[in-house]
Amino acid sequence: MRILGLAGRRLAASIPTLILILIGVFLLLQFAPGDTVDAMMAQMGGGDAATAKELRKFYGLDLSIPAQLGNYLWRLVRLDLGFSSIYGKPVSSVIIERLPPTILLMTASLSFAFFFGLVFGVIAARGVNRWPDTLISTLGLIFYATPSFWFGLMAIVVFSVYLQWLPPGGFEDIGTVRTGIWRVLDIASHLVLPTLTLGLIFLAIYLRIMRASMLEVLNLDYVRTARAKGLDETRVVTRHVLRNALLPMVTLIGLQAGTMLGGSVVVESVFSLPGLGRLAYESVVQRDLNTLLGIVFVSALLVISVNFVVDLIYARLDPRITAGG
Amino acid sequence: MDLTRLEINRRTALLTSAAIAANVINPMQAFAQETPRKGGVFNVHYGAEQRQLNPSIQASTGVYIIGGKIQENLVDLDANGQPVGVLAESWEATPDGKTVIFKLRQGITWHDGKPFTSADVEFTAMNMWKKILNYGSTLQLFLTAVETPDAHTAIFKYERPMPLNLLLRALPDLGYVSAKHLYESGDIRQNPTNLAPVGTGPFKFVKYERGQYVIADRNENYWRPNAPYLDRIVWRVITDRAAAAAQMEAGELHYSPYSGLTISDLARLGKDKRFIVSTKGNEGNARTNTLEFNFRRKELSDIKVRRAIAHAINVPFFIDNFLGDFAKLGTGPIPSTSADFYPGANTPQYPYDKAKAAALLDEAGFKAGRGGTRFSLKLLPAPWGEDISLWSTFIQQSLGEIGIPVEIVRNDGGGFLKQVYDEHAFDIATGWHQYRNDPAVSTTVWYRSGQPKGAPWTNQWGWEDKNVDKTIDDAATEVDPAKRKALYAQFVKEVNTELPVWMPIEQIFVTTITAKARNHSNTPRWGSTSWHDLWLSA
Repeated sequence: MRILGLAGRRLAASIPTLILILIGVFLLLQFAPGDTVDAMMAQMGGGDAATAKELRKFYGLDLSIPAQLGNYLWRLVRLDLGFSSIYGKPVSSVIIERLPPTILLMTASLSFAFFFGLVFGVIAARGVNRWPDTLISTLGLIFYATPSFWFGLMAIVVFSVYLQWLPPGGFEDIGTVRTGIWRVLDIASHLVLPTLTLGLIFLAIYLRIMRASMLEVLNLDYVRTARAKGLDETRVVTRHVLRNALLPMVTLIGLQAGTMLGGSVVVESVFSLPGLGRLAYESVVQRDLNTLLGIVFVSALLVISVNFVVDLIYARLDPRITAGG
Repeated sequence: MDLTRLEINRRTALLTSAAIAANVINPMQAFAQETPRKGGVFNVHYGAEQRQLNPSIQASTGVYIIGGKIQENLVDLDANGQPVGVLAESWEATPDGKTVIFKLRQGITWHDGKPFTSADVEFTAMNMWKKILNYGSTLQLFLTAVETPDAHTAIFKYERPMPLNLLLRALPDLGYVSAKHLYESGDIRQNPTNLAPVGTGPFKFVKYERGQYVIADRNENYWRPNAPYLDRIVWRVITDRAAAAAQMEAGELHYSPYSGLTISDLARLGKDKRFIVSTKGNEGNARTNTLEFNFRRKELSDIKVRRAIAHAINVPFFIDNFLGDFAKLGTGPIPSTSADFYPGANTPQYPYDKAKAAALLDEAGFKAGRGGTRFSLKLLPAPWGEDISLWSTFIQQSLGEIGIPVEIVRNDGGGFLKQVYDEHAFDIATGWHQYRNDPAVSTTVWYRSGQPKGAPWTNQWGWEDKNVDKTIDDAATEVDPAKRKALYAQFVKEVNTELPVWMPIEQIFVTTITAKARNHSNTPRWGSTSWHDLWLSA
C-alpha cells in the first residue's frame, strides 16, 4: 500500500512537468525555420507552390499556432498521439515499433555499465593508489574521453571488417528467417557492439562514482567497528560497505536513463539500429511535430518509471528513506 | 591563405580526360565472354528514407532507387543518352507539337496479375504526373487530356506545343506508370500502395521494415526474356556514411549510389580492387554548385559586385584540393554532360582574378573602409552534402580577402528552403542545381521571373529580366530541336552575363559498387533504372 501511495504521489508530481515539457518542445519547434512540408520538399528535390499549400492544409499546418497546440493537447487528453507525417500512420504504432531495440540497447548497456562499474570501482578502491587503481582509472578516463561514434566505427572496423566476428550493423539478419532461440541469439549478436559502445562511456562514470563512494564509506566509524570485531576484509566490503556505497550509483541510474535515450542517437545511427533516438532525430529534421512530441511523451514516461523503480530500490537499500518520506 | 599556389592548367587536364573518355569503347564488352549468372542477392545502401516509394508521385533519386525497380516508365535513356522505349514501344508527334501518340507494349501484366493498358497511362498522367508529381506538374501544365482509342495507344493532347525531345528526356524521370485499379478510389497520397508498390518491373515488392530494410524479389513473369538475373534486392537503411563504408568493406553492401559515402571514403575505396568507384552511370544526374544572390541587398543588385564576387573565388583551386576527380569547372546552368543542349564554354565566364575583383568593387563605389572592410554578407549553405559545406567555407575565406567578411548561417533542409526561397532571409546562398536532361525540366525555373514565393529551387532572387523570360518561354514551346538548342545557348549567354545565380562547378554523383557486378552503370541514370540485366559474378 505504501508503494502504491508513493507511486501515486510521484505520478501526480510528474504530470505538470510532462505538460510543461510538451508545450516547451512544441514551441521550440515552432522557432525552427521551416515546417514538415518544407522538409518534404527538401527531400523530394522540388515541388510547386500549389502542391505545398495543399500539403500544408492536409497536415493541419494552415491553422494558427495556438490552435495547433490546443488540438494537440486535446488529443493527448484522449490518449491519442496523433498522426505521423513522415510515416503516414499513427504515432503510437510508429513508436511501439521502435521501442524494443531502444529498450534492449538501453537495458543491456546500463546493466553492463552498472555491473562492471561496480566491480572495477570496488577493485580500484581496494587497491587505491596502487597499480590496479591507476590502470582502471586511466582506462576509465580514456573510455570517457572517446566520442562514441568513433568507438562504434573502430569497433566495426576491428570486429566486423577485419576479424568478421560480429555483424557491422542492423537489428537482425535479413537474409535468413530465424525463429525462437536462434532469433534471440541473432539479435544478441547484433547488439554486442552497440551495447559495448554505449556502455563503455557510462562504465567510466560508474566506476569513478563507485570508487569514490567506496573510499568514503570505508573510512566511516562502523566499518572500523566491523573490522575491530574481527571480520575479514571481504566480508567487511560485501556486507557492510557495498550496500551503503551503492546509493549514489542507484541515483545515477535514474539520472542516466534519460541521457541514454538521447545518447543512443549516435550509436543507433552508426550501427543502423531502428531505435527511438534515430526516430527522434529524423522527426526533428523532418519537422514531424506529432512524432517528436510522441517520443518526448514516451521518453518522459520511461524516465519517470525508471526513477520510480530507483526510489523503490533506495527504500530497500536504506530503510530510513521510506521512514522519513 | 595564398590561393594562387598549386594552380594547374585545369582546362588542359579536362580536355585531355574528355578525349580519353571519348575513345573508351563500351567497357561492358570486356565482360562479353562471361556467361550471365542467375541468382544472388544484391545489397544496396539506402541513405535517406522517403515518405513513400511510388515514383509516379515523387521525382527523387531516393524513390527511384527502390521504386524504379518495381515500377517502370514509358521511356528511359539508352547507353548514349537517347530515349529508348520501356512500357512505350514507339511514339510520334504531330507537326504542330500539340499531340503525342504513344504505342504501348502489349501483353504486360502488373505484379498482381491484372493487365497493363492505356487506361493506366491515362490515369497516371492526368491524376499523378499533372497534379502531384514534382516537376511533372510543371511539365504537364498544358496537358489537357490523354485519349485511349484502344488498350495499347495513349494520345497526349496539349494546349500548347510540347517539344517531343523535351517530353522524351523528361519522361525517364517523370514518366513512371502506376496501376489505375489500385489508385482510382481514395486519396492518392494516402494510398497504402505507395509504401508497398505494385508495378510491371523486374522486381516485386516483398517487405518494407521502416528504419531497417526494403526487400524485393525477382518477378517470374517479367516481360523481357531471361530477365532479371538477380533473385532479390535488399536496400539497407544506413544513415551514417562512415558506417556504410565499413559495411561495404565487410561485404554487407554491394552498392552505394549517389555519392552516399564521404569524399575520403570514396577516395580510399577507389584504390581497393574489390570495388569500383566512378561517376559512370550518373551522367543523367548532373548537378551544379550554385552561388545565389539576393537582389534585395542593394550591393548585390549591382552587376559589378556580383561579377567581382565571382572573380574573387578560385574555383579550379577549390576543385583540385577539395573535390578531386569527382567535379570539374562549370560554365553555367547547362552542364557539359548534356550532349543535346550544352552550348560550350564560349559564354561569359569569370576566371579567378583578385585584382579585377577589387577594381570592380571600387568602381561600384564600395571602397575598403576601416580595417579593409567593404560590406559584410550572410551566407546560407544548403545541408545536402559535404561539398557544399566545404564550398561555403571557401567562399567565406575568398571573399574575406577582398574585404567582404562573410557570416555562415547553417540550417537543416527544411530550414534552408524556408529561409532562402520563402522568407528571402539571406544575402548569398549556395546549394545544388539538379539538371534533369532538359533545361525546361528544372533549370529555367531558377531564372524565369514570376515564381510563386516559397517554391524551392526557383528564381526567388528579386531579379527579373524580360529578355531572359522571353528566351525561356520561346524555348519551352519550340518544337524544332536545332532551334531549341540555339535558344538555350542564348539563354546561357544571357544569364551568365547578368549572373543572378553563378554555377561554377559541375558534379556528377559517384557510385561505389562491388567489382563482382556486371552490366552496371551502363546508362546515364543507371541507379534509377530497373536493373533487369544486372547480375553478380561468382
